[in-house]
Amino acid sequence: MFRIIKREQLNSTVVLLDIEAPLVANKAKAGQFIILRVDEDGERIPLTVAGCDADKGSVTVIFQIVGATTKKLSLKNEGEYISDFVGPLGTPTKIKGLKKVCVIGGGVGCAIALPVAKALKEEGAEVTSVIGFRNKDIVILEDKFKAISDNLYVMTDDGSYGQKGNVCIPLQKLLDDGERFDEVFAIGPLIMMKFVTQTVKPYNIPCTVSMNPVMVDGTGMCGGCRITLNKNGQKVTSFACVDGPDFNAYEIDFDQALQRGSMYGDFERHAYEETCNLFKKEVE
Amino acid sequence: MPNMELKRNPMPVQDPKIRSKNFFEVALGYDELTAINEAERCLNCKNMPCVAGCPVNIHIPAFIQKVKEGDFEAAYQIITKTSSLPAVCGRVCPQETQCEARCVRGIKGESVGIGRLERFVADWHNEHSDLNVTAAQPNSKRVAVVGSGPSGLTCAGDLAKKGYKVTVFEALHKAGGVLVYGIPEFRLPKVIVQKEIDTLKALGVEINTNTVIGKTLTVDELFDMGYDAVFIGSGAGLPRFMNIPGENLKGVYSANEYLTRVNLMKAYKDNSNTPVKKGGRVAVVGGGNVAMDAARTALRLGADKVYIVYRRSLDELPARREEVEHAMEEGIEFHLLNNPVEILGFNNPDDPRDVRNGTVTGMKVIKMQLGEPDERGRRRPVEIPDSEFTLSVDTVIMAIGTSPNPLIKNTTSGLEINQKGGIIVSEETGATTKEGVYAGGDAVTGAATVISAMGAGKTAAKAIDEYLTK
Repeated sequence: MFRIIKREQLNSTVVLLDIEAPLVANKAKAGQFIILRVDEDGERIPLTVAGCDADKGSVTVIFQIVGATTKKLSLKNEGEYISDFVGPLGTPTKIKGLKKVCVIGGGVGCAIALPVAKALKEEGAEVTSVIGFRNKDIVILEDKFKAISDNLYVMTDDGSYGQKGNVCIPLQKLLDDGERFDEVFAIGPLIMMKFVTQTVKPYNIPCTVSMNPVMVDGTGMCGGCRITLNKNGQKVTSFACVDGPDFNAYEIDFDQALQRGSMYGDFERHAYEETCNLFKKEVE
Repeated sequence: MPNMELKRNPMPVQDPKIRSKNFFEVALGYDELTAINEAERCLNCKNMPCVAGCPVNIHIPAFIQKVKEGDFEAAYQIITKTSSLPAVCGRVCPQETQCEARCVRGIKGESVGIGRLERFVADWHNEHSDLNVTAAQPNSKRVAVVGSGPSGLTCAGDLAKKGYKVTVFEALHKAGGVLVYGIPEFRLPKVIVQKEIDTLKALGVEINTNTVIGKTLTVDELFDMGYDAVFIGSGAGLPRFMNIPGENLKGVYSANEYLTRVNLMKAYKDNSNTPVKKGGRVAVVGGGNVAMDAARTALRLGADKVYIVYRRSLDELPARREEVEHAMEEGIEFHLLNNPVEILGFNNPDDPRDVRNGTVTGMKVIKMQLGEPDERGRRRPVEIPDSEFTLSVDTVIMAIGTSPNPLIKNTTSGLEINQKGGIIVSEETGATTKEGVYAGGDAVTGAATVISAMGAGKTAAKAIDEYLTK
């Protein structure tokens, strides 16, 4: 059993938890993920590590309530326990030797972009961060990004906060103005990562994205997380859990990843509604 | 006088029509009278050919004599001297190619049902005896076992019986390895696996789940933590695919994923939180036990039609004969001498957001014929030109094997692996190229059987004991 030592509601649907897991806290690096189960018979879900404190032995995860399991997880209070927590899984983000980078986070993806940006900053890189949200109410982690970024752009789709528009707008402007990053990191919804990739491509700047496909074990056993890469015209299947979750953005078949992500859409919607109904009954 | 009946006592089974709709165990087991009657078929040969056929050398005639006498607990005690998981082996061992293949009664008639008797004895014990094992007098040495599948559990059990303090590290949330995530409930009920694990715990074995060696901790760190030896039984790893077009469509599973969702994650239960595709038309590619398990699972999940697609013929099917027969009885159709060339998917050109896009609609298959024997003597399947046809299916399960998981080799200094990615060991001892590190099971051999993994765990336990007492 793993104890929740801190819980913070970052916006109406995004929650931060610090979970006691000393062995994981000792090892986890930016870009890696963990798998957890809320309770016995629960589903295994992967969440990317948003930070860790080796002294306290705690790992931070930040997640959006999107389905039954994240709903149940969001209802856990400080001092309560979840049944399973395993990691760190996947390979850490490669940050060595980069001098000038752009880190782009979209929505809850900012939670994963933050430790990457922080690690790059600690490596001595000049960090430009672009974070994007649908609207003002769901902006998260702005202060934390401000503290570690040399330049920060906050975007909202509706213009209710920061600048209006998506994350590609400031990125395009910077590139037009002659900014040449050593690498661009994009972490967020697949569709955002796809468009960031298209924006950066003409400038021949390396671009890394963090994939978050359907997964069961997270150690290379199930193969559910496979991603098709186009390597020099050859289609190659890669497993996000062991080969990723970071990938060279130019090689990814985003359209297929989008399709695969929708595989259990109906089941998940149904399970989510049931969990919410159960919760409502309990509250009544 | 021995019972000279040529045929063995048949195993009572659930009716195929009924069992193909449920996850209860297919084989129901002998009752006491049947077991004694079957035991009386044993000639108690002096040279014991059957024992030589058993990877863990169970004293087969000795335990069968006890069954004959009706002293089932004594029979159990004889089996557990050499086997750590009798209730499991009695169910999943390929006895027909091991102990039973050597049985003298098999020369004229059918061999003694050794596996059925083993299962009977283990079940009798589990039903009638409390967990009354006593932990051995502890010595001061500690051993880390990586993986809680058949090789790890066997190695842990043997060492614990010798007084070693053993910790088993398991990556998943539940101990048992392939016995829990891979082999389905209807062939190996999970309460039986749990009972075997509880027995090990009573022997003093500690099991740490949620710990991935190679990630959470490395093998080198285990030594730093004070373990005197390490056994690696991390199992098979990454599922293989055929590298044909369409394999990443929605509805294509590896058998590992499909079976893990259903067995470990209990997707067969109505209230499960883990989704899996149920019903429809299913093709399982491959001919091993895992393929049979996947096909029969699909049927039980409500599939209208389940095909086994295998590139060789019936004679070459690597699955146990009994599993193949059970699958056929249940109505699974065998497309033999057929090989997939492409998996076809739905595509709505007018609407890229159509949720049906990228789902499986069929599998293009080519007919094969058997050509010249390969280096292992198996006749090589050769494509028959222009013989392609399409199977209409909406789920495809790839059950064509696994390749070793690279997590441990990538993080362990001095551990050598072979070209196929398996850990290199000395066959007599299980010793790897790294001092104090032993390995066995699928991590060494690639996909094989439960009993051969147990045999390897046993060999390594003996060698670890010798290494730590020298």
